[in-house]
Amino acid sequence: MEHYNMNLTLKVWRQKNEKEKGHFETYSVPGISSEMSFLEMFDVLNERLINEGKEPIAFDHDCREGICGACSMHINGKAHGPWAGTTTCQLHMRAFKDGDTIVVEPWRANAFPVIKDLVTDRSALDRIIAAGGYISVNTGNAVDGNSLPVEKDKADTAFAAAACIGCGACVAACKNSSAMLFTGAKVSHLALLPQGNPERKTRVVNMIAQMDKEGFGSCTFTMECEAACPKEISVNNIARLNAEYMRAAFTAEETMG
Amino acid sequence: MTWKQVFTSSIGKKLVMGLTGLFLISFLIVHVGLNACIWVPDHGETFNKGANFMGTMILVRIIEVGLFLGILLHVYQGYLLTAQNNSRRSQNYTAGYGNKGSSWYSRSMGLLGTLILLFLIMHIYHFWTPSRLGGMWGIHELGEADYNNGAVHIHNLYGEMIQVFQNPVVVILYVLGCLSLAYHLAHGFHSAFRTMGLHNRRYAKMIRNFGYGFSIVVCLAFAMMPVSIYFGWVK
Ligand code: FES
Repeated sequence: MEHYNMNLTLKVWRQKNEKEKGHFETYSVPGISSEMSFLEMFDVLNERLINEGKEPIAFDHDCREGICGACSMHINGKAHGPWAGTTTCQLHMRAFKDGDTIVVEPWRANAFPVIKDLVTDRSALDRIIAAGGYISVNTGNAVDGNSLPVEKDKADTAFAAAACIGCGACVAACKNSSAMLFTGAKVSHLALLPQGNPERKTRVVNMIAQMDKEGFGSCTFTMECEAACPKEISVNNIARLNAEYMRAAFTAEETMG
Repeated sequence: MTWKQVFTSSIGKKLVMGLTGLFLISFLIVHVGLNACIWVPDHGETFNKGANFMGTMILVRIIEVGLFLGILLHVYQGYLLTAQNNSRRSQNYTAGYGNKGSSWYSRSMGLLGTLILLFLIMHIYHFWTPSRLGGMWGIHELGEADYNNGAVHIHNLYGEMIQVFQNPVVVILYVLGCLSLAYHLAHGFHSAFRTMGLHNRRYAKMIRNFGYGFSIVVCLAFAMMPVSIYFGWVK
């Protein structure tokens, strides 16, 4: 692909802290290479802001290779920007043209309060995992690989669900701010495997209870989450989550959950 | 886990929507089937007899109570859910959230539902009220029709339809009502099954396509009723 430089106008959400009201700040960012990543473009801008003695723009990032889910940004109305199946850190500037104006906002959901500028507190997702998204056994020595047969098809589906990096784009893109794709992926990947079976019912009931407590909305199946997901997690996992929930809810004892 | 916990959870609330929605869909099938009798070229005899059967049979009347309860529950829960879901994002996006993955009607179920509700109120006023409550509290009464050489003496609901659908404004409102219903069902039909946990891809695809077909056929049939009366295709 041909390399080119571009001059951009950036409209970035600036917010001091959780309490204070935020606003958009406009920056002109000249000389951006088409080979930079979106975050590198922010690095260039931040260098300049620091040199000018101004507060740099706070944004979340860690791995910068699309596997940690930290780089949450809403770019021109799309979670993680215009490319499908791509995190912000893997979005490259060749997605834009010279002269473009780019609007960058943090995830917007009451369950994800803004900490500063583009950084949101996504620990609500961690608490959903903590409510049951694990297997509580002492694993001991490694067992013989063939002692737990898993169908190829199920292993693949479980693996695809486990690809979720917990970035929260599903919540950010959903008109209901629902975390059902995230929770569905977490519940699915364990429900499909034999290791997940013993705690299957308590897991789903407790995770949904936590999800509701965190203030996420109900799923109305618009499927916007699937389109926004950088790991292209299927909404089928939401349907499976519903099935798992019903299976647990309609057979559970009153004491469960 | 108590029943209350089940049905007040985010999934439980959706389950109520899906189950009542499917129950209302089952009513639509009966309704469209019976109403299609207006196209039997016997000046409404089949239709009037069918309508009279439904209006007088005790079992149907009991189910009718269930139907009204179903509508109330669906409407109440629908508004509650919409309000709750809308309250989850106090500060909205400036650039608007993307819509690359969702259809406009799947995002507008509350609006479509409201249009259907408004239509339903008009529809009940036009036909249900005079046929069930006509004569009481000064409500206008339906005409009568004689069949089987005067042995059968029943309400002429057919005549009422002919009369109501002479007004072009009413016809347009009915067609718009059917259009809202079509889009509402296009999303609601398959979404209800997904809420109930359908995750087998083959069946999910089948149900989705069936849902599209169902909403088009049923709503087109409903919409054609006032239209064909207005244009005098049935007399
Ligand atoms: S920084 Fe880790 S996924 Fe983008």
